[in-house]
Amino acid sequence: MTSTLNRPPVESSSSGPSRTPHKAPVSMKHRLSALDVKASPYLYIAPFFILFAIVGLFPLVYTFFVSLYDWHTLEGQGQFVGLSNFTAVLADHFFWNSLFNTVSIFLLSTIPQLLVAVVIAAVLDQNLRAKTFWRMSILLPYVVTPVAVAMIFSNVFGENYGLINNILESFGIDGVGWQNDTLPSHIAIATMVNWRWTGYNALILLAAMQSVPRDIHESAALDGAGATRRFFSITLPSIRPTMIFVIITATIGGLQIFTEPRLFDPVTAGGSQRQFQTTVLYLWEMAFFRQNFGKASAIAWLLFLLIVIFGLINFLLSRSIATAEGRGAKARSQRRLLKLRQREAQESMRARPAASVLAETVPVPGPTEPTEPNAEGSTR
Amino acid sequence: MSANTLTRPTETLESLPTRRKSKFFGIDKRPGWLTYTLLGVFFLSSAYPLWWSFVMGSRTNAAFGSTWPPLLPGGNFWKNVGEVFDTVPFWLALGNSVLISGIITVSVITFSTLAGYAFAKLKFKGRDGLMVFVIATMAIPTQLGIIPLFMVMRTLGWTGEIGAVIIPTLVTAFGVFFMRQYLVDVIPDELIEAARMDGANMISTFWHVAVPAARPAMAILGLFTFMTAWTDFLWPLIVLNAGNPTLQTALSQLQSARYVDYSIVLAGAIMATIPLLLLFIVAGKQLISGIMQGAVKG
Repeated sequence: MTSTLNRPPVESSSSGPSRTPHKAPVSMKHRLSALDVKASPYLYIAPFFILFAIVGLFPLVYTFFVSLYDWHTLEGQGQFVGLSNFTAVLADHFFWNSLFNTVSIFLLSTIPQLLVAVVIAAVLDQNLRAKTFWRMSILLPYVVTPVAVAMIFSNVFGENYGLINNILESFGIDGVGWQNDTLPSHIAIATMVNWRWTGYNALILLAAMQSVPRDIHESAALDGAGATRRFFSITLPSIRPTMIFVIITATIGGLQIFTEPRLFDPVTAGGSQRQFQTTVLYLWEMAFFRQNFGKASAIAWLLFLLIVIFGLINFLLSRSIATAEGRGAKARSQRRLLKLRQREAQESMRARPAASVLAETVPVPGPTEPTEPNAEGSTR
Repeated sequence: MSANTLTRPTETLESLPTRRKSKFFGIDKRPGWLTYTLLGVFFLSSAYPLWWSFVMGSRTNAAFGSTWPPLLPGGNFWKNVGEVFDTVPFWLALGNSVLISGIITVSVITFSTLAGYAFAKLKFKGRDGLMVFVIATMAIPTQLGIIPLFMVMRTLGWTGEIGAVIIPTLVTAFGVFFMRQYLVDVIPDELIEAARMDGANMISTFWHVAVPAARPAMAILGLFTFMTAWTDFLWPLIVLNAGNPTLQTALSQLQSARYVDYSIVLAGAIMATIPLLLLFIVAGKQLISGIMQGAVKG
């Protein structure tokens, strides 16, 4: 709006009536320009909101509508049944089985993945040679699509002639029932997820580690904290907000896992005994094999609620930890800097007597310029 | 204490921090062999499954019987790839995947830049409320709306058409959020005002000020959108059929075939990985910096 006011009134002769008398007379062109300024933002955001309403929001709401009806894939909308689809699903043994499998696979993939990602990030967070090469090498699995990952690892974990069982048997150990047993099948599927995502998350954590100010590391090192100590009391607390981000993303994705269990045994929908049938896989089976859209929609909504609840719990839990720890870490680093300053002051005062003791143990180098302890190496 | 010891130690102390730094800090020093051993292990666990797939995909089913995995490829790769081409419409699937991912990428970039620019730099009523809405919708798993989406596509008669795969992902809340976060810092308000003073209207201001500034973020968003569209499996599996697949659903047909030849399955997996592998070699650095920037920004 400032631009219309500041512009010289070139066309003042042909100006139309103005509502605000203290302003310069506004021409047709200026009014169009004002309209442009007012309407443009809405025009720019409109495509997103309109498309999102159609393809994102409407389906989710309509899923709830479908879940209230007896709805068969081919026959279409049937009787209104209220919440009985929901009660049927909640009484369904297979639904609870799928939830158990989903949460089990989710835990088996998230926890080890996060631990390994932190280790990889810590290793990468050094003054490495060929930095880009190492970073690319850990990201490599990310460009293999989940379908290809599932195909590769279905063969790695094959019960007969799989890579792992072959090696086990060559040592005289019995092969593991990677597909038929519940826990091994969950481990196999979690491994597929972990292989693809660990490097990706390690890079996110690496970015967080590198944004920790170097001064803090240096002053801690000056206090005599070794690399390990610094890692646990500086690096870990500082990257906690990023960990929350990674955990929440992993939660939303992990509870919707479909491709890997679908392709681990392509003949069944999640194993002969449903031993690795996840909830989205069960939803898919309900909708497109058993053709019960009403019940499938109820599953979709229950899963949606579960994801929201899991997300919120994660968020609240990790936020309270993060703020407590964050405050601690901040206070600690400030204390550390303060201590550093104090010691500098003290040392310059005490310099003479203390130095005489040190002089006996430390070989005396040539005269040097006095250096600020954290002036060097603070930039990276 | 002689005068001599009084002066010299002072120098020692002043040079002490530098000495201690080199001894204890280890912050910027080159890491030792342990680090590179670990990195080597990470590299092997990333690369070996792929290499193993290539080796097995270049042999015959008999190779799966050997107790220790062969380390070098056999001579059957192209024969197996030929089998892949005979089993599934590979080139059609590749074309479909390129088309679907390409259109979705262009659309997401365009609409996200427009909306992100409006949210970052323009003032309008309801801006903050709408932005909160966008952030909230980022967490909504829109995947769970597949049943109504399928019903709509069936009513419109679009099942089996690649349009049915493209339309549900033409916009993403993440894209808008990402562009907004980037543009809010990168374009100075004065620049927009200056353009407006020169008589540029809103859309030409967008075109001449916002788009050039947004280009790096557009590239990163495009890379990730392309990857996501390319790897999508559930929705194409539901809405497309075996005759007109994407690369992912075509591959899954190999795995589901009644008589499975594993060397052919793995040859197919390798063939389907090559396009993204090429992209990775060309744009891997941007991918890495995109992931790392997203972490700091988001």
